[in-house]
Amino acid sequence: MAKLTKHSFRSNTLPALTMVGPVTLWLAFFVAIPLIYVFIMSFCSLDSGYNVVFEFTLANYERLFDPNYVQIYITSILVAFFTTVLCIIIGYPFSFLIARTTSKHKALLYMLVIIPFWTNSLIRIYGWRSFLGANGPLNNFLKEMHLTDTPIQFLFNRGTTVLGMVYCLFPFMVLPLYTAIEKLDKSLLEASSDLGARGFSTFTRVIIPLTMSGIFSGSIMVFIPSLGYFFVADILGGGNSDVIGNLIERQFQSGNNWPLGAALSIILILITLILVKLYQKMGGDMESLGV
Amino acid sequence: MSRKVKAFVKKISSVIFCGLVYIFLFLPIVVIIVNSFNATTSKPYQTWKGFTFDWYIKLFDNSTLLESFSATMTVAIISTLLSTAIGTIAAVGMYKYKFKGKNIIDGLLYIPVVIPEIVLGISLLTLFSNTHIPRGMLTLVLAHTTFSIPYVIFNVRARLSGYDNSIEEASMDLGANRIATFKNITLPVLAPGIGAGALLAFTLSIDDVIVSYFTNGQVKTFPLKVMESIKSGVAPDVNALSTLILLGTIVLVILTQSNLFKKAK
Repeated sequence: MAKLTKHSFRSNTLPALTMVGPVTLWLAFFVAIPLIYVFIMSFCSLDSGYNVVFEFTLANYERLFDPNYVQIYITSILVAFFTTVLCIIIGYPFSFLIARTTSKHKALLYMLVIIPFWTNSLIRIYGWRSFLGANGPLNNFLKEMHLTDTPIQFLFNRGTTVLGMVYCLFPFMVLPLYTAIEKLDKSLLEASSDLGARGFSTFTRVIIPLTMSGIFSGSIMVFIPSLGYFFVADILGGGNSDVIGNLIERQFQSGNNWPLGAALSIILILITLILVKLYQKMGGDMESLGV
Repeated sequence: MSRKVKAFVKKISSVIFCGLVYIFLFLPIVVIIVNSFNATTSKPYQTWKGFTFDWYIKLFDNSTLLESFSATMTVAIISTLLSTAIGTIAAVGMYKYKFKGKNIIDGLLYIPVVIPEIVLGISLLTLFSNTHIPRGMLTLVLAHTTFSIPYVIFNVRARLSGYDNSIEEASMDLGANRIATFKNITLPVLAPGIGAGALLAFTLSIDDVIVSYFTNGQVKTFPLKVMESIKSGVAPDVNALSTLILLGTIVLVILTQSNLFKKAK
């Protein structure tokens, strides 16, 4: 008894403070405050020398409705949508096969999904551009086979931007799907077929609902980043299928209009907030987005 | 018989399907590796001019490329150490103690994970510019540590669920103080989670494009060097360095994974 009380006499305030203090300060200074800065800046004006001045204006938000910008939002959301759908269509059966294989190389098959991502993403995207380019291996092959005389222009359209996005974000779909499918209880599938369900209805009524959490978290982790990956749209889209990220990047670099860039970022923040809220409403677990 | 045929067709089609997905995933890597042996010397370095090892040697004469590599490694190592230290201690603290505002910290942790990287990049750019912190190595380290901390915390946390507090109490009952207990009891138990978190932090850092793009100042990390060279065509020595980095990462993972595996036992 004496030993128990000895512990409760030790104050927990100091150790709690020293352990959680650093991360709190870090997040406050490098996550919360910067976002507040962006929010404030979205209401700021520019002086004649392109310097940001703290003079309240709604002009940046009015410019968000510029038809040229609206066109890019639509393109960006379409690209994100097709990227997500393709990742599900390819990623679901793939994760299913890998997660439920009886092969002794299962761990290796899983690692092979991650290994390509240890090479710089820019150079991999550039690898696609070389492959699909006018003098690239694909066009050379088609010429050899006499399927075409002049090089086919595969590049620089919405399709190649989607291809690049799918390529960059595919593992973010596969990893949560793999986890969800691996957790599936085999006996439930057996019960379903014992009760007379055919393969297809077991799939739609048992497997899909039980792995929905994986589909949701994968979709969040694919859809949201694809709105911002400006370098993919640059390298493979060639300026023909810019995403919202390109608009923001331009304002902070060549355009030198930070307040407008900040207002454009607020759109991305809002989309993120809405989708994450939706995800939580559907019973999504935040933790499964991180690991 | 027909059932056997059906099972066989199913098996073959699954193998083909997965094979195609792996081809999709590895195709650009193959392009990179093949181009690192390309003897071409004229821009945009796309046409095959025969096999050579030269680029792997010339690479060591390209001082800007080597500088970018060392900048990448410096930022990655420092930010991994920082984020692992802060993240591990925070994960344990958040697991052990109840305090007000815990859910606020949790909420802040998810922001760098879900928000598009470009928003994190420009928000840090605005911070550094408004607080007059000159952009360079320091800001890169600060930025990379920021996006790595959550991943370290989540990995350590995954290891903590199922962690039995009573072994720490036993340690303290036997006379060890808090720091000794943390060092000798808590850390070894958490080692696999810490290792996985640190590895993730490291790989995220060496590959980062977007956040670095807004926080680098004059410093060019390797990904930013690649970005710069894309306009004129990526030279084979860049491909050679990429190939070496990939090999290095694979070796690093194999070494640390087997090491972690032993510790987990």
